[in-house]
Amino acid sequence: MTLILLFYEFFKVGLFSVGGGLATLPFLYDISDKTGWFTHGDITNLIAVSESTPGPIGVNAATYVGYLTAGLPGAVIATIGLITPSIIVILLVSQVLERFRTNRLVEDLFYGLRPASTGLIAAAGFLVMRSVFLTGSRHFLAMFQWGQILFAIVLFIAIEKFDKHPAVYIAISAVAGIIFHLSR
Amino acid sequence: MNALLTLFWTFARIGGLTFGGGYAMLPMLQREIVEHHGWATEEELADYYAVGQCTPGVIAVNTATFIGYKQRGVLGGIAATLGVVFPSLVIITILAACLQNFAEYPIVQDAFAGISVCVCVLILRAVLKLWKKSVISPGTLAIFIGVFGASALGNFIGFAISPVVLVVLSGVAGIVLRTISRTKPGKGA
Repeated sequence: MTLILLFYEFFKVGLFSVGGGLATLPFLYDISDKTGWFTHGDITNLIAVSESTPGPIGVNAATYVGYLTAGLPGAVIATIGLITPSIIVILLVSQVLERFRTNRLVEDLFYGLRPASTGLIAAAGFLVMRSVFLTGSRHFLAMFQWGQILFAIVLFIAIEKFDKHPAVYIAISAVAGIIFHLSR
Repeated sequence: MNALLTLFWTFARIGGLTFGGGYAMLPMLQREIVEHHGWATEEELADYYAVGQCTPGVIAVNTATFIGYKQRGVLGGIAATLGVVFPSLVIITILAACLQNFAEYPIVQDAFAGISVCVCVLILRAVLKLWKKSVISPGTLAIFIGVFGASALGNFIGFAISPVVLVVLSGVAGIVLRTISRTKPGKGA
């Protein structure tokens, strides 16, 4: 039963996430809240794993949470669920490629879908940031994880300046986390 | 059968050697599809890629389906798609299994605390990039604010609106805004 639900949920992700990469993220939070198959913390881990391993991020994400939910069969089913709508939609679109690319209705649709995708990813990012940078305390100074915030600023500047592959920064961050005991 | 295996294997290599999917995949596609196999010209590849970006789902998967379909019909599309996801299935399953076993160790927890900071920065950068391409007018700004507000607020008050609903509403809003701006020239949406 879980496998059927898993297929259904990831079929929806494949059908409604637009823009690739992190666009699947808000849907994962939605699934986590609804089903409890995996936690918000798992999602943060999966982003790190997806960004630092080969393969499309959306596919990696589906495989990862599918595995957490139902082992190897879960990983396979979630991934197949994610790609099934792509196969159907692309087979349909390829019949009418020329008309699709120049269709005004499709253009108008995406005029609305692109900012929505940005908004959804921003909201998901907001959730991740809240769990990483806030402590849950009510006192102003104790409210923030100051070490984390300082480290984030340094990282942001470093990425702007050197523009290496994300996997490089993820590796550096893991080492920094161990050296500065960031989980405490 | 041989042609299907070639499609599967070619896309498995592309999936296994691209980090991050999406835009990172294009140079790999050019080398394998255009230069090595001659399955498409530069222009055709650009077209497939553009369609892959503006259809729902993972861009890399969409592009793979498209090229596979053009080569060997429906079965070709399926073979190429299964190929592009195959390395992810193997690598991620192994990693997820390992992580579950080691998650309790303090050193692993510290590492992931550091990584989660990096994840925040990466998401922030992704949002800033997307913002430049998607929030281009007062109308699109309104959609961004509406979707962000509804999605972020829903998490605070414990009444989450499904992203599916927000995506559908935004698509409709896009069509309505552009239609209005066309009928009233000078008042851009």
